[in-house]
Amino acid sequence: MKDKVTNILISGVGGQGILLASEVLSEVLMLAGFDVKKNEIHGMAQRGGSVISHIRFGTKVYSSIIPDGEGDILLGFELLETYRHLSLLRKGGQVVANDLKILPPPVTLGKEQYPENIKEKIRSAFSDTLVVDGTRLASQAGNPRTVNVALLGAISGALPVGADLWHDTLRRMVPERFLETNLKAFDLGRKAAPVKS
Amino acid sequence: MKRCMLSGNEAIARGAFEAGVKVASAYPGTPSTEILENITRYPSVDASWSPNEKVALEVGIGASFGGGRALVAMKHVGVNVAADPLFTLSYTGVRGGLVLVTADDPELHSSQNEQDNRNYAKFAKMPMFEPSDSQEALDFTRLSLEVSELFDTPVFLRSTTRISHSKSVVELGQPVPSQPTKAVEKNPAKFVMLPGNARKRHVVVEERLRKMEEWVCQQPFNRIEVGQGKIGVITSGVSYLYAKEVLPDADILKLGMVYPLPKQMIRDFASRYDTLYVIEELDPFIEEQVRAMGIAVHGKDILPICGELTPARLKRALTGETNDSFYVPQDTLPNRPPNMCPGCPHRSVFLTLNRLKAFVTGDIGCYTLGFMEPLSAMDTCICMGASIGNATGMTKVLDPQEARRVVAVIGDSTFLHTGINGLMDMVYNKSHATVLILDNRTTAMTGRQENPGSGYTLAGDETYQIDLEALCRSVGVENITVVDPYDIAHTREVIRTEMDRPAVSVVIARRPCMLVKHDPVKKKAPLAVDPNKCTGCKACLQLGCPAIEWQPEAGERGKAVINPLLCCGCGLCPQMCQFDAIGGRHEG
Repeated sequence: MKDKVTNILISGVGGQGILLASEVLSEVLMLAGFDVKKNEIHGMAQRGGSVISHIRFGTKVYSSIIPDGEGDILLGFELLETYRHLSLLRKGGQVVANDLKILPPPVTLGKEQYPENIKEKIRSAFSDTLVVDGTRLASQAGNPRTVNVALLGAISGALPVGADLWHDTLRRMVPERFLETNLKAFDLGRKAAPVKS
Repeated sequence: MKRCMLSGNEAIARGAFEAGVKVASAYPGTPSTEILENITRYPSVDASWSPNEKVALEVGIGASFGGGRALVAMKHVGVNVAADPLFTLSYTGVRGGLVLVTADDPELHSSQNEQDNRNYAKFAKMPMFEPSDSQEALDFTRLSLEVSELFDTPVFLRSTTRISHSKSVVELGQPVPSQPTKAVEKNPAKFVMLPGNARKRHVVVEERLRKMEEWVCQQPFNRIEVGQGKIGVITSGVSYLYAKEVLPDADILKLGMVYPLPKQMIRDFASRYDTLYVIEELDPFIEEQVRAMGIAVHGKDILPICGELTPARLKRALTGETNDSFYVPQDTLPNRPPNMCPGCPHRSVFLTLNRLKAFVTGDIGCYTLGFMEPLSAMDTCICMGASIGNATGMTKVLDPQEARRVVAVIGDSTFLHTGINGLMDMVYNKSHATVLILDNRTTAMTGRQENPGSGYTLAGDETYQIDLEALCRSVGVENITVVDPYDIAHTREVIRTEMDRPAVSVVIARRPCMLVKHDPVKKKAPLAVDPNKCTGCKACLQLGCPAIEWQPEAGERGKAVINPLLCCGCGLCPQMCQFDAIGGRHEG
């Protein structure tokens, strides 16, 4: 299985800090010695639109795009955007979902419905599902804007990278004044991970 | 050597620095924007935003003719704007190396068309490199500048969204030693393109291409990767990566330069296979040239011509196999389209245009989102600067009552890009339309870049700020009104009056973008809906503000509620409410 490429997806809403999360993740994987490719679409997607980031790592990675049904891990920052992108996961794939709803415009306008029982539907399709209260973890860490790093912590246990390398990478990539709360958020997320709710 | 994760755009910027580029110029445009933003990391490069792509290229040409190396960057449609100098630059050639980066957008992630700019290489008779990942983006940028000087030609570097915005591992190189500045060089036979000189230069261009066609057969950027010898594939750019994924055992001729093609190399390669594919995204650019050589290939007979080529689409075309999802949600999922931000100064303008039943000729920017519900007040969108000319033409064919509904809407940066020419025409030819300039003090859509009206340069230095009112006055507009779009009643009154006026009017709606970089806007305290006063009339929802949410279960017919995390207290929604239900937030 030397040539196996691992496929990670991060989905959510523009403005949630997905870009930074995917940057940290791909940096960590590169420092761990893997070939890494990542991509996401900028531009129109920034304005509160649906955002999906693809990260692939292994001995050698060619394409940066993860086809339908080939994702190994989906990290969802928002429930509808987690649910929407389940089609990218393989059978037996792993889901880490932030327990947060952000209503899209057709729903705030009262024209369409936000789907019901999303968490239950995800769990019934993917038994390896962890729902994390990222907002609570971030406020425990002392900074509500650290949700993205807390969620990285929550998938970190599934990746072949030690906590020290994560910490070193965060130290290099996060501005000094936010560092302490980000490290704390990461550790809280990492601790939350094994406990399947 | 240092390894790091770079996007294609970061790698191009690094390559320009390593190659000793002296001048870099561009107009922002997705997916090219980050090239210039990243070049500012390297103080040895003079990097600047130009008002449009034509000027950007002309600045690059000047630098090249002055003896320095230059990089000019733009999105694919930007090359249309810069095409005039480009085609003649091909004739003059260069003095310092010049690379023109075209960042194409297959799948139209953030564009108005998905033109394939490889066609420009053939049309302008210029060589074109096409990298497949960030390492090649860096290496080929360096190489472009060397080849430019070696063959006395401008060189294209073509990226696509998936190259520009994907990150991959890159080993950085050493910068070339810095070159001393040169003196000007008089050489009219080369630099003055009047017919007598240009005729001779055309001969030089054809000779140059012929020489390059031989040269490229010996270059390592065009290489053969040997597989199991059964299937042959000719490919380049991002398509190479997809070919490696889907056909890992194929023999691959990987082209680093897509024009001119290494014809002898292709002939030798093609002769070895019964089955030969050309795998490329969008147009059959390589395929048509290979077929013209008398070689039978499969290409667009099986591959899609529209949209991105993805590994899944390639697999389906080659093998008939589909990538099936293990699980697909069965509910109808609400879409999440991009939206104007809370506090966006454009919102009330489109609400007003909607109410006044204007027919809006639109333009390119965040405000193009004004076409979406519930604002639904943009009716055309063609290209940068088109709105004003479109309005002029439209009023010429409509009866006067219908013509008064026509309003051109354009952003400040787009107006300075190519809108001003349309305004000159409108005045000069005595048209009668209304022009709305949405002056949010930045080039917002591409990520808030500076422009000649913003008062700052790319490097963040203060500079002269164009006076839009004086500019409009100087081209002959007599009716110029400035409004604050946060004042809905006044904005509506002014736009209504100017639409009725049988003359050219300019209304400038001035209010900085909430996300503007310099002199940042201070958010006000979030507002709240008083549930006792809200009657559920939904008037506030007409703004389409992401911060206002509808609660269908509240009250008898539902109530509005404001999300305090999103609201920035802009004060538009209280103006919509007839029941005085929206005001300051009461804590506890």
